[in-house]
Amino acid sequence: MAYDKFEILKSTAVPLPIENVDTDQIIPARFLKATERKGFGDNLFRDWRYNTDGTPKADFVLNNGTYSGKILVGGKNFGSGSSREHAAWAIYDYGFRCVVSSFFADIFKNNSLNIGVLPVQVSSEFLDKIFKVIEKDPKTELEVNLPDQTITLLASGEKESFSIDGYKKHNMLNGFDDIDYLQAMKEEILAFATRLTH
Amino acid sequence: MTKTPETLFDKVWDAHVVKHIADGPDVFFIDRHFIHEVTSPVAFLGLQKRNARVLFPERTFATADHNTPTIDQHLPVKDALSANQLKALEENSAKHGISHWGLGDPKNGIVHVVGPENGITLPGMTVVCGDSHTSTHGAFGAIAFGIGTSEVEMVLASQCIMQVKPKKMRINVNGALGKGITPKDVALYIISQITASGATGYFVEYAGDVFENMSMEGRMTVCNLSIEMGARGGMIAPDQTTIDYLKGKEKAPKGEEWTKAVEYWKTLKTDPGAVFDKELNYNAADIEPQITYGTNPGLGTGISRNIPFASAVKDGEASYKKSLAYMGFSEGEKIIGKKVDYVFLGSCTNGRIEDFRAFASIVKGRKKADNITAWLVPGSHVVEQQIKDEGILDILTEAGFQLRQPGCSACLAMNDDKIPAGKYAVSTSNRNFEGRQGPGSRTLLASPLVAAAAAVTGVVTDPRELL
Ligand code: SF4
Repeated sequence: MAYDKFEILKSTAVPLPIENVDTDQIIPARFLKATERKGFGDNLFRDWRYNTDGTPKADFVLNNGTYSGKILVGGKNFGSGSSREHAAWAIYDYGFRCVVSSFFADIFKNNSLNIGVLPVQVSSEFLDKIFKVIEKDPKTELEVNLPDQTITLLASGEKESFSIDGYKKHNMLNGFDDIDYLQAMKEEILAFATRLTH
Repeated sequence: MTKTPETLFDKVWDAHVVKHIADGPDVFFIDRHFIHEVTSPVAFLGLQKRNARVLFPERTFATADHNTPTIDQHLPVKDALSANQLKALEENSAKHGISHWGLGDPKNGIVHVVGPENGITLPGMTVVCGDSHTSTHGAFGAIAFGIGTSEVEMVLASQCIMQVKPKKMRINVNGALGKGITPKDVALYIISQITASGATGYFVEYAGDVFENMSMEGRMTVCNLSIEMGARGGMIAPDQTTIDYLKGKEKAPKGEEWTKAVEYWKTLKTDPGAVFDKELNYNAADIEPQITYGTNPGLGTGISRNIPFASAVKDGEASYKKSLAYMGFSEGEKIIGKKVDYVFLGSCTNGRIEDFRAFASIVKGRKKADNITAWLVPGSHVVEQQIKDEGILDILTEAGFQLRQPGCSACLAMNDDKIPAGKYAVSTSNRNFEGRQGPGSRTLLASPLVAAAAAVTGVVTDPRELL
């Protein structure tokens, strides 16, 4: 599914300073029963966000009007566990376009890139700084610049660069997905398959 | 010219690269693709929107497992959403000519149990599925890993995905395992040593005599859990054990093809002198029955030990405290003797025949404890049949247990098998995340022996005392 291009994102951010946020927390399995990709944002962080009776938990950051924005900042090892792409869909559908952490689980990172959510990996020092700055001023803005591969705390100008491979960067900048690319390679793939042992 | 020594992983990976994209991933060919009802419908929808067909339908296999009920499978599925997903899987498979083992089919079961059982997964193959425990198939010397739904769509449309080659890690475990120490304990031990994210970015090869001496079932348990230390997958070089297991399996090669295949499989090992990005060594003698006490699989320890203090674990202090608070445990407490409410034997980690044999070896001649609700769920109908044929069912029944029907069940609690909030479950599955087994559930991961010991005593018990 194609998504909007990603170039420069300037936004306030939502802090979630918890380590090992696994995809079961991002979207619990019982919400994976849809056969269409719709409405997952409503159940993003469902069990952290709502009580069992459906009332919001006041202390959870998404229920706290102080924080908002298109950037989610998470603790180390974000997105571990289940390979469900629904986790990335839920994040996208809620309105985030970028997740910042000091470490991402592999499959989550892949899934995010495939659907147009940019995972930005920063040093743990920079991550701590971001958390502190947001805590002090929830209205502070971050700039994620994909062409330059930098993330900047706009108030102070402090920045760090992040890595992304050239191919994925090109896709994100243009809103392309891999399937377009692979379909164009069909003949090459068919020829390759005839040479295989399996 | 002498050839540079290669790892098993390199050999299999490089043989499947259709094309390398400069400063980008490899276009990576997939030999076998498994699909199930939960992560495939949106992929088929995407395919339809592009007006595309499945390029190699004979390379994809469908089974229903994630949200299927484990009782009364002959009745219509009550949950409308689940029923809808099952119907979508059936219809999509039929439409594209994909073989489909739906509910009630004698071949139906958990995707990572039925794939190997039917000889679909073979050494040297690349295997993917929209489920992270696809790493299970690495037990055959295959490169196997979980993918997201966009990638499921890629495989359907092109039989390829885009992958950056991971780094390589070898984990060696040598020596003899003590009595009552199972493959699950070996895997949980490794994860507790390197943490739940310690192998992120790596593909693991397991080596050493502990794995060489392991059955295929045991190797599958170990490879299954690779993802729980963050690894993309794990693999074990094929050997005579692998060959013996595969011989005669329905989809395994036959006749001359078999001979040729076996010859090829014998080349699938890491050459002496091949270099890994990281290498770790452990002693079998250091491993005792393991159990987890926290909310990620890295928070586990030997069953006779106490819950560590925050200063002794690698997780951040705040996260660790949150984890223990969720579990209702305190630092420094003993784990043995903790009250248990539920026991779950099953999942693609421990839902095979060996696991039921192990469980039965402890409950035989004993009785289920009154405070325990036990869910024993075979990984497939084939396993279910074996349980009956080997007389294990009689042992279980006599001890007061019932057998359910195959499926993922309480591993992810998408069906009705949910552990209630606040209750403790000793589970042979693979994840102890908050709410994984039902909202508010508290999971202690362990081996089938530890599960059996808890099931008959009602509390966390060292199984070695009952063997
Ligand atoms: S048993 Fe659990 S881990 Fe295995 S395939 Fe089913 S849900 Fe996934």
